[in-house]
Amino acid sequence: MTEPVDATQEQGTSLWQDAWWRLRRNTLAVLSACLLLVMALACIAGPWLSPYGYEEQNLLLGAAPPSAVHWLGTDGFGRDLLTRILYGGRISLMVGLIATGVALCIGVTWGAVAGYCGGRIDAVLMRIVDILYALPFMIFVVLLMVVFGRNLLLLFFALGAVEWLTMARIMRGQVQALTQQEFVEAALSLGLSQRVILFRHLVPNALGPLIVYTTLTIPSVMLLEAFISFIGLGIQPPQSSWGSLIADGVETMEEYPWLLIYPGLALSVTLFALNFLGDGLRDALDVRAAKD
Amino acid sequence: MTLLDVRQLRVSFHTRNGVVQAVDDVSFAVSQGRTLGIVGESGSGKSVCCYALLGLIPMPPGRLDGGQALFDGRNLLTLPPAELRRVRGNEIAMIFQDPMTCLNPFLTVGEQMMEPLLYHRGASRLQARERALALLEEVGIREPQRSIDAYPHQFSGGMRQRVMIAMALIAEPRLLIADEPTTALDVTVQQQILQLIADLRERRNLALIFISHDLGVVSALADDVLVMQRGRAVEQGPATQLFAAPRSDYTRQLLAAIPRGAKTAPSLAQPQALLEVRGLTVEFRSQQGTLRAVDDVSFDLQRGEVLGLVGESGSGKSSLGRSLLGLVRAGGSVRYAGEELLGKSSAQWRPWRRRMQMIFQDPYASLNPRMTIFDTLAEPLLWHGLADRSTVERSVLALMDDVGLARAHVRKYPHEFSGGQRQRIAIGRALATKPEFVVADEPVSALDVTIQKQILELLQQLVARHGLSMLFISHDLAVVRSLCDRVLVLRRGRLVEQAATERLWAAPEADYTRQLLAAAAPAL
Repeated sequence: MTEPVDATQEQGTSLWQDAWWRLRRNTLAVLSACLLLVMALACIAGPWLSPYGYEEQNLLLGAAPPSAVHWLGTDGFGRDLLTRILYGGRISLMVGLIATGVALCIGVTWGAVAGYCGGRIDAVLMRIVDILYALPFMIFVVLLMVVFGRNLLLLFFALGAVEWLTMARIMRGQVQALTQQEFVEAALSLGLSQRVILFRHLVPNALGPLIVYTTLTIPSVMLLEAFISFIGLGIQPPQSSWGSLIADGVETMEEYPWLLIYPGLALSVTLFALNFLGDGLRDALDVRAAKD
Repeated sequence: MTLLDVRQLRVSFHTRNGVVQAVDDVSFAVSQGRTLGIVGESGSGKSVCCYALLGLIPMPPGRLDGGQALFDGRNLLTLPPAELRRVRGNEIAMIFQDPMTCLNPFLTVGEQMMEPLLYHRGASRLQARERALALLEEVGIREPQRSIDAYPHQFSGGMRQRVMIAMALIAEPRLLIADEPTTALDVTVQQQILQLIADLRERRNLALIFISHDLGVVSALADDVLVMQRGRAVEQGPATQLFAAPRSDYTRQLLAAIPRGAKTAPSLAQPQALLEVRGLTVEFRSQQGTLRAVDDVSFDLQRGEVLGLVGESGSGKSSLGRSLLGLVRAGGSVRYAGEELLGKSSAQWRPWRRRMQMIFQDPYASLNPRMTIFDTLAEPLLWHGLADRSTVERSVLALMDDVGLARAHVRKYPHEFSGGQRQRIAIGRALATKPEFVVADEPVSALDVTIQKQILELLQQLVARHGLSMLFISHDLAVVRSLCDRVLVLRRGRLVEQAATERLWAAPEADYTRQLLAAAAPAL
C-alpha cells in the first residue's frame, strides 16, 4: 500500500514490530545476535585479510603453539589455524544457513498444504513424512555421500532433506489450528482463492514458532555437518570446516591441544549464541506475552 | 454478622505499557446468609478484587497497594501463604465460569471431590466417599452412585457446573465466591443453576459473592450490589433500591443498555422471498457416527427482513447459518434470488460471495492479526474489483465512516482496538462488497452490554441504510426480540416453531419455545 498516508492517520504497531521491540530488550539475545554477526563478518572477511592462505603449508614450522605471528598457532603442516577456522566457519555457517533454508522452503509449503487441505491430501503428505522420519537418516546421508561422492552441494541438499520433516509437522499443526479461526472463514466467505488464503492469511500467522525452530535447526545442521566431516565423509582437506578441524584436532589432542580447543570454541560459542537467540525469539514472538 | 469486610482495597498491574489501577479504593462487606453481587463490564476489576483476597493474583505484574480484608477478624491480605491456603478452600471456596478448565480431566469426579477430605481432614476413604455422594445428591446430580465414578467430560455443561459447586462445598466453606458461574450456560440451564445456588445459600447460611456482567442475573440473587467501572466502585447499596432508583449515571447506562421490549423500528420486509430454504440438512461424520446438526429445515426469508434464529448451544444454529453461505456442506435446497446455491463448485460460488456475507461472533478471532484495518477492508474491495489502487483508500475510509470508526485508525492493527471497535471492523469487512444478505452469527454475545447496545443500533441503521436482509443468530432472546421481524426456533437441529416476533412472545405454540421464554424472562 504505497499511497501517501494522510498526516492525521496514526500508525499502528504490527505484531512483528511488537516482537522486535521485545527482542531488543532481551540483552542476552541481542548480545548473541551481535556475536553471530561479528562471527559471520569475520568468517567472510577474515580469510581475505589474513596474510596466510588456508592451504598454505609451512612444513618447517610444523605445529606451533599460539604466538604473535600465528595468533592461534598452526597445525601439523604449519597452516595458520586462525585462517583455517575462519575459512571453516564460512563452510559451517553456509551449511547451516543453506540447509536450513532448503528445509524451511520444503517444510513450510508441505506442512501448509497438508494442514490446509486436510482429508486425503493431508493423510498422504503426512504419511510420506512419517515414512521418511522412520528412515535412519544418518545412514541416508552417509549413503548419499558414498554413492555420489563428497560434494558440498550434495551435503547442503542432504542435510536440508533431513531437517524439513519437523518443519512440515510444525507448520501443519499451526495451519490446522488457524484454519479453525473465524478470520479464515471470513476470508472464505469473501470468496478469496485458496492460494490467497493460504499465503496471505495462514502462513504469516503460522511463522512465529517456525522462526524459533529455524534458529534451533541451524545449530543442529551445523552439528550434523561437523559430525559427517568428523567421520570423514564431509569436507576434506585442504578445505576445512569446524567439524573437520575438530576431527583433526582430536587426533593430536595430547601433543597440540590448541588444534582442538580453538575450533571447538568457535563451534560452541556459535551454537550457544544461536540457541540464546532462538530463546529470545521464542519469548518475543509468544502470542500470549504479546497480549499483556 | 459481617463475615468479610474489605476496606479500601487497591490493586494495580504494572506492565510495560504502564500502570493499570485494576482496583482503586473499593470497600465492601458481606454477612452470612447474604449475597453481594458485584457487577461490571470486562476490565472493570470485578474479578480482581475477589482474587486479590485469596492471593490468586500473579505478582508481578500485580501489586497490592493497600487496604485490608478482614475475614472473621483476620486480615487476609497479610496472612502468610500457608495460612491463606488453609483459608482458601476450607473457609472460602470459589466457582468459576468454565467448569471444564477447573476439573482435572484425568480424575473421576469422586476422586477430586474426596481429595480435600482425605488430605486435609484425615477422613477415611469410606467417609469421604459418603460425603461426596451426599453432596452430589444435594446439588441435584442424577444417580450420584454412578456419576461419582464418571470423568468430567462425561457430564454436560450444566451438570459439570453442579459438580463444581459440590466440590466447592465439600469442605463446608462459609463464604462462596461465584465468578460468572452461569455465563457459559444456556438460558434454561442457567435458571436451574441460579436456583441451586440460591437454595444452597439458604440451607447452609452461606455468605455469597456473586460476580457477573449480567444485571438481570444479579438482580435475581443479590441482597446488596456493588457496581464497578474501571476499578472504582461507582455505586453500592441494597439491590432493590439500586435497581429501582440508580444514583450514578453509569448504573443508569447499564440498565438502559439491557435489551428489552419489542422492536421499535418498522419492519422493512418486502413480500418477495430472497432466500428459500427447503429440507436443509447438515451432517457431520466422525468415527463415533453421523451427527445430524441440521435436520430437514425449511423457511423463507423476505427481502429486507431481519430474521432471528434462536436456539441453545448445540442446536445447529451456527451450522445452519454457515451452510447458507456454503461454508459447510449441506443437503436439501437453498434458492437465493431464484438460483439454487447448493452443489455449486467454489468457482461457481464466487460471484455469489459478493452478495452474501457473514459477521462472526468473536471479534478477536475473526480479524487477521497481522493485517492493518486498511488491508482488511481493502482486500474484499480489490479482490472483487470494486475499487482499484487509486480509489481504494477513499472506499476504505467511506466504509469506516459507515460503521462508525474514526478514520485516523486506518493504519492500526486489530490488537490495538477494543472488542466493540473490532466488531465494527468485522462488520465493515462484511459490508465492503455491498451484499444484500448478511448472516450475523451471535455478533454481540462476546461484547459488554453497553457496547452490545451500540453494535445492535449500528446493525439496525445499516439494515435500513443499505436495505439489507439479515439472518440474525443468537441465544439471547431479548436481543432477538429487539431486532428481528420474525423468529425461527431451533432445537437439536429441527425447526420447532417460526412466527412473527411479537406473536411468538405473545402466544408461543411449542412447549420448548414456552420454556425458553420463561427462562429468559428478565428478573428486573
